[in-house]
Amino acid sequence: MANQINLTIDGMPITVDEGTTILQAAKKLNIHIPTLCYHDDLCVAGNCRVCVVEMKGSKTLPASCAMPVAEGMEIMTNTIKVRTARKHIIDLLLSEHNAKCTTCYKNGNCELQELASEYKISEPMFIDLVPYKNYQMDAYSPSIIKDDSKCIRCQRCVRTCEELQHVSALGVAYKGAHMKISTFFENPMFEVICTNCGQCVNRCPTGALIERNYVDEVWQAIFDDDKHVVVQTAPAVRVALGEALGMEPGEIVTGKMVTALRRLGFDSVLDTDFSADLTIMEEGFELLGRLKKALVDKDPNVKLPMATSCSPGWIKFIEHTYPEYLDNLSTCKSPQQMFGALAKTYYAQKRNLDPAKIVSVSIMPCTAKKFEADRPEMSSSGYKDVDYVLTTRELAVMIKQAGIDFSALPESQYDSVMGISTGAAVIFGATGGVMEAALRTAYEVVTGREVPFNGLNIALVRGMDGVREASIKIDGTKPEWKFLEGVELKTVVAHGLTNAKRVMDAVREGKGGWHFIEIMACPGGCIGGGGQPIPTNEEIRRKRVEAIYREDAGMPIRKSHENPEVIALYKEYLQEPNSHKSHELLHTHYKARQRY
Amino acid sequence: MSNNFLRRVDLIFDKDCDFKQVLRNAYKRSNDEIINELLESGLRGRGGAGFPTALKWKFTSEQPDPEKYVVCNADEGEPGTFKDREILFQVPLKIFGGMTICAKVIGAKEGYIYLRGEYRFLLLELENQLQIFHSIIDDLKIPFHIKIVMGSGAYICGEESALFESMEGDRGEPRNKPPYPTVSGFRKKPTVINNVETLVYAFMIFRYGARKFKELGTIDSRGSKVFSVSGDTPKPGIYELELGMTVEQFVQEFGDGDTKAVQVGGASGFCVPRKKFKDTIIGFEGVPTGGSMMLFNSSRSMYNVLKNYLEFFEEESCGQCTPCRVGCQQLKLGIEAVKKGEKHANYLEQLQKLAQTMKITAKCGLGQSVANSFSSIVENFREEMIY
Ligand SMILES: Cc1cc2nc3c(=O)[nH]c(=O)nc-3n(C[C@H](O)[C@H](O)[C@H](O)COP(=O)(O)O)c2cc1C
Ligand code: SF4
Ligand code: SF4
Ligand code: SF4
Ligand code: SF4
Ligand code: FES
Repeated sequence: MANQINLTIDGMPITVDEGTTILQAAKKLNIHIPTLCYHDDLCVAGNCRVCVVEMKGSKTLPASCAMPVAEGMEIMTNTIKVRTARKHIIDLLLSEHNAKCTTCYKNGNCELQELASEYKISEPMFIDLVPYKNYQMDAYSPSIIKDDSKCIRCQRCVRTCEELQHVSALGVAYKGAHMKISTFFENPMFEVICTNCGQCVNRCPTGALIERNYVDEVWQAIFDDDKHVVVQTAPAVRVALGEALGMEPGEIVTGKMVTALRRLGFDSVLDTDFSADLTIMEEGFELLGRLKKALVDKDPNVKLPMATSCSPGWIKFIEHTYPEYLDNLSTCKSPQQMFGALAKTYYAQKRNLDPAKIVSVSIMPCTAKKFEADRPEMSSSGYKDVDYVLTTRELAVMIKQAGIDFSALPESQYDSVMGISTGAAVIFGATGGVMEAALRTAYEVVTGREVPFNGLNIALVRGMDGVREASIKIDGTKPEWKFLEGVELKTVVAHGLTNAKRVMDAVREGKGGWHFIEIMACPGGCIGGGGQPIPTNEEIRRKRVEAIYREDAGMPIRKSHENPEVIALYKEYLQEPNSHKSHELLHTHYKARQRY
Repeated sequence: MSNNFLRRVDLIFDKDCDFKQVLRNAYKRSNDEIINELLESGLRGRGGAGFPTALKWKFTSEQPDPEKYVVCNADEGEPGTFKDREILFQVPLKIFGGMTICAKVIGAKEGYIYLRGEYRFLLLELENQLQIFHSIIDDLKIPFHIKIVMGSGAYICGEESALFESMEGDRGEPRNKPPYPTVSGFRKKPTVINNVETLVYAFMIFRYGARKFKELGTIDSRGSKVFSVSGDTPKPGIYELELGMTVEQFVQEFGDGDTKAVQVGGASGFCVPRKKFKDTIIGFEGVPTGGSMMLFNSSRSMYNVLKNYLEFFEEESCGQCTPCRVGCQQLKLGIEAVKKGEKHANYLEQLQKLAQTMKITAKCGLGQSVANSFSSIVENFREEMIY
C-alpha cells in the first residue's frame, strides 16, 4: 500500500495515498475545483491555472491539478485570494477569446462558457485582444474545423494527439503572445499526418476544434421531395446518443433513436450493423483464404498477419506511418462504406429506386468516417456511396432542432432491407468486438461447431487493456478446412493509435506471431470515437462498452453468418463471400502517404 | 577606489590558482565534509533564486537513483546581464572544477553546460579548455565527463526545467514543480543545476575554505558577487563586489551624478527610485540580483523602460500558462492605453492587481517576476506612466 498522507482541505481532514494531487483529494471530499487544461485521460499540464488554491505557508497559489499532497498540508479552495485570482485568469482567457457564443457550435457544451457563467463574468475587466490577433481558421478538412480564435491554449489536443494517438499532428508553435496550436509548418489539418480520429475534438474544452458538420445539408436532402434519403446508424451510436440528450452514460437507446430518425423525415432507417455482419463474412473468409494460401499453397506472397480495416483513422495512420504494411490490411471496406455501396445498388434495385435520387446518410461515432466517405475510391456504386456522415453529436443537434422530446419517444424497429442485424455486429462498437464476431463465425465455418466459450462470450478479447493477445486452438475441422486442424489461431487487439503503434512495431520486429490483428483508432473502440458525446473518460467509455455487451446478449441472433438478410444478399446478389461482385462493391485499396 | 564601503573582490577571476591541486584536495574529503564546508560558507545560488547551494547538492546526493547529472546553467538571458560570458571566457576551468566537485558529492558521471545560443563564439575555446580539463581529471582518475549543449536563443530556456526540456530536444516549456530538479531533472533524473558563477564560487571555497568567503557579505548574503553594470554610467562593465552594499553606495561608485533609478536584477528584478537608494540593500535581504545593475538618469522615461521590459516578457514568455501569456499582453497594452488617455489613470490599479495575480499564479519564475519591475516602476513613477 502506498504511504498515507494526512491533510485538510477547507478545514476538512482527509487521508489519501502519497502521490495524490490536491484536485483528486478535493474530489473525494466532494469539493469542486474548476479546471480547464486538466483531463482525466491525459497527463497533467498545469497551464491554465484556473484550478489554483491557497496553501498555508505558501506565498504562491499552487495549481491543484499539478500539486501532490504533503503531510500536514492545509488547503483552502475558496478564499478571496483564490476567487480574485481565478476571476482574473478567466477574464484573461476571455480577453484573448473570440467569445461569440450565440454563433458558436459549442454553445451550451463549452467548459469556458460554463466557467465564465459560474464566475459571473460580466463587464470585461481587461482590453479585448482579439483585434490585435491574426487568428486563423482551418476549414479545409472534411472532418475537423480548427478555429484558433476559440482556442484557450490548454494543449489538451496536443497531449491527446501525442499520448493517446502517437500522431503528434498538433503541436505548439511560437512563444509568448504568439504561442498557438499548430500543425507541421502550419499546413492545413487536411494536408498533414492527422488521422481525422477526432480524439482532440472530444477533449477540446471550447469551440476551437469541432467536427465539420453537415446538419444543414442533411435537412436540405430530407426536405427535397425528389430525394429518397436513407440513413444508417453505426453500432456505437445507440449506446451513447442518450448522453447528448440528457441521459446517463450506458443507456441503450436503439429503439428511440430509430423512432427519432423516422420523425426527422428519413425515408428509410437502416442499420450499419447489417453491413457489419457482412463485413464479418467478407473479412472472415478473406482471413481463411489467406491462411489457406499460407499453410497449404505455401504462397510466399501472402500477407499475414491480416489487420482489420474498419477504422478509417487507423487506415490513415498506417498509410502514413507503416505504408510497407498496407498489404496486410484486409481489403474489406468499413461497414459504413459497404452499406453505402449497397444502398445505391442492391437496395435501389430491391426498392425499385433510381440510385441518382438516393441520398445516403450515415450516423457515426466517428469524425474519420467523414474523410473516408470523401475518399475518391468510395464510389463503387457509380455515385458517391455515402453522401453525408453525421456524428452522434450532430444527430443529437438535429433531434433537438426538430423539437423532439427524446426520452419520451416510443421505441421502434429498423426498416428492411438492410435493417436486420445480429449481436456480433453490435459488438463492433467496442474494442475487441470485430475480433470476437469474426471468431464466432470463422470457428463455426471451419469446425461446424460454435466457439467453445460460455454463451458465445469470448471474454479473452474483451476488456480495456491497450493491447490484448488471445489464441484459440482449432480442432475437429470439417474436411475442407483440414489444413487448419490443430492450428493455434493467434490474435491481438489494440485500441488507441499509441497501442496500434506498439503492435505494429512488434510486427515490424518479427514478434508476436499473430494471424489476425484488430485495431481501432479510438480508445475503447468506436464507443470512444471522435464523434461521440462530450465529455469522455474511462468510466463513461466503460459504461458504453457494458451497454454494448448487454445489447449483444439480448439479441435473438448473435452470429453474423446467421443474419437472414446477409444470407439473402449472398443468394440474390453477391453469390458468395469474396466473389467477383463482392470485390467490386465491398473491397478497396489503400494509398501510401508521407509522414510530412 | 573612491568609496570605502564598496569592496572589490578578486575570487572569480583570480588566475593564481592551482586547479589540479584544488581538485585533488577536494577529492580527498568525504562528501559530508564537502557539503558541510559549503553549508558553512553560506553560498547561495547566483542565478537569481538564491537557493542554498549546499542543500541543493545534499538533496541530490540523497537520491537513491544511480543515474544523476550536474548541469551548468550558462544561458545568461536576463537583460543587462553579461557576467557569465566573461567568466566562461576567462576562467572556464574553474567552472568545470565546481562541476567536478559537485559530481563527486552527488555521484554523477556526466555533466552538461547549457550555453546560450548567442555565445556560440565561445564554443571553440570552451571545447579546447574541456580537452585540457579532461586530460587533467583522467590523470586524477576522476570518472567524469562534461559536454556542451547549445541553446537557441529563448530566454525561458534559462529556467531550469525548461532548460532540461530543451536539452532533451523538446520545446522549452517549464515543468510543474514539484518535483524539483534535485529529484527529477535532466532526463527525469536527480540533477544539480547551478549558475556559472555559483559553480566557480563553490570551487573557490575549496581553494580558500569557507571562512574566507563567509567573512564577506552579510548574514543573509554571504560572500561577493559579480555585477554587470550598464546604463547611464561612466564605467559600465563587470565588477566583483562584496555583497551587502546599499544602492546609494553603488550609485556613488557607478552613477553619473544624475541617477534617478537603478534597476536591480534585470527585467525580472526591482526598480529602486532615488528616494529609496539609502535604505535598500543589494542582496537577498533587500533586492536580490542575478548580477544585472542598470542605471537610469533623469533623461530617461521610466514609461519607456517599463514598456520595453513588458515587450520583452510578452515575447519571451513561453506562452503556456494563462496569467503570464495573457497577463503580459494586458500589462503592456494597459500602460499604453493609460498613456494615450484611452483608459483612466486608475486603470493602473487594476493592472497592479493583475500583476499580483501573475506573481502568485504563474507557473514559473518568469511570469511570477513580471510584477517585480511592473509594480516597482508603476508605484514609484506613476506620473511618468500617465503624462
Ligand atoms: C525565466 C527565467 C530565466 C532564467 N535564466 C537563468 C539564466 O540565464 N541563468 C541562470 O543561471 N539561471 C537562470 N534562471 C534561474 C534558474 O532557473 C535556476 O534557478 C538557476 O540556474 C539555479 O542556479 P543557482 O542555484 O546556482 O542560482 C532563470 C529563471 C527563470 C525563471
Ligand atoms: S468556445 Fe465557448 S465561450 Fe467561446 S464562443 Fe464558443 S461557446 Fe462561447
Ligand atoms: S484528429 Fe486525431 S490525429 Fe488528427 S489532430 Fe486530432 S487527435 Fe490528432
Ligand atoms: S484547440 Fe482546444 S484543446 Fe487544443 S489548446 Fe485550443 S482549446 Fe485546448
Ligand atoms: S510563467 Fe510564463 S514562461 Fe513560465 S510557464 Fe507560464 S507562460 Fe511559460
Ligand atoms: S486545470 Fe490545473 S492548471 Fe489547468
